[in-house]
Amino acid sequence: MATQTQDAVTSAPGMPQLDFSTFSNQIFWLVVTLFVIYFVLSRIALPRISGALVDRADTITHDLAEAEDLKQRAIEAEKAYEQALAEARVEAQQINVAMRAEIQLQLDAELAKADLEISARTAEAGAALAAIRDSAINSVKDIAKLTAKEIISSMGGQADAKTITAAVTARMKG
Amino acid sequence: MATESHGEAEAGLVFHPMDQFQVTPLFGADKVEWFTITNVTLWMGLTIATIVLILVFGARGRALVPTRSQSIAELAYGFIYKMVEDVTGKDGVVFFPYIMTLFMFILVANFLGLLPMAFTTTSHIAVTAVMAMAVFLAVTIIGFVKNGFGFLAVFWISSAPLILRPILALIEIISYFVRPVSHSIRLAGNMMAGHAVIKVFAAFAPLVLISTGIGIVVTPLSILAITAIYALEVLVAFIQAYVFAILTCVYLRDALHPHH
Repeated sequence: MATQTQDAVTSAPGMPQLDFSTFSNQIFWLVVTLFVIYFVLSRIALPRISGALVDRADTITHDLAEAEDLKQRAIEAEKAYEQALAEARVEAQQINVAMRAEIQLQLDAELAKADLEISARTAEAGAALAAIRDSAINSVKDIAKLTAKEIISSMGGQADAKTITAAVTARMKG
Repeated sequence: MATESHGEAEAGLVFHPMDQFQVTPLFGADKVEWFTITNVTLWMGLTIATIVLILVFGARGRALVPTRSQSIAELAYGFIYKMVEDVTGKDGVVFFPYIMTLFMFILVANFLGLLPMAFTTTSHIAVTAVMAMAVFLAVTIIGFVKNGFGFLAVFWISSAPLILRPILALIEIISYFVRPVSHSIRLAGNMMAGHAVIKVFAAFAPLVLISTGIGIVVTPLSILAITAIYALEVLVAFIQAYVFAILTCVYLRDALHPHH
């Protein structure tokens, strides 16, 4: 420092820091400044900032508690949902079984009815068939009698109806 | 500093690295009385204004989600509050507003002093010594009020061997009374040295106008050096404010808990 001030002789009065004539001025204004800053900080700035920080901390703890509560409720809701689902499944199973049984019953009834009808129709058809067969046999008998009568007459014989009928009947049984 | 080695080249260069520290009356008074409005008044006033801007207007919103300016205020508050709490303990928190006052004043004054043409109030030993003495006296009084004569235990290191204790006590007493000196000179010295060095390099910067040959090398170098030292000074401005505040906390801890 010393060499510098010697070179720059123009105006520098050494170190202004050691110029004691300005000390009272600096100290006075420093004390005023520090008092003002202390007043502003302790009365306005610091309570305000700490208030904001406390508010924020409160809000965060409150929100976290609320979030925890909501989470609990979500878990409960999920449980209830699971239970409802299980119940619904059981019920569906029961309905399924009941429906199956009912359908089976209905089916059995229908089948029995159909069987009855089929047997009725079969009997009816059998009767019709028998009638047709009987009439066919009678026709054959008649034709046989006529034929036999004609054959006998053409051979010059004379045959009574009774004998022919007996003979045809005996042959037909054959 | 380096002026002699360069010889006659900078005959036209003017070196006034210390002029920036001069206390001058603002309104043409020819004598600096204690009440005179000087550049000290101006820059201390600007310091107050800046602190009000940051901590009062910045934190005005009290928003739940802080705005940028509110974040700065809360950051400063939280930083110093945590430091006070960590260093001095729970019972030191009552002194937080005082330490915050000192820290904010030094921090803002240091940064304002880095503006071109500014006057750095914290580069004056008168300013830093008053603050350091205030801390020293306050800490000593608090120590005796809280602990009575038990405060003297701060000099009696019970963990040391008995023979060494009187010698250590002497060293402790000396170091205790040197505290305000180191506390104040550290801050003023750092501020003054950095600003003076910048000013010296600034004086070399116009060399190219006087002597083109040497100046073509020296001028860019000195501008580069100004930039580098300015960056360093930005760091120092913060660190010195922090160091002053944390040392105050350390002294306060000794006063509150004198037993090692």
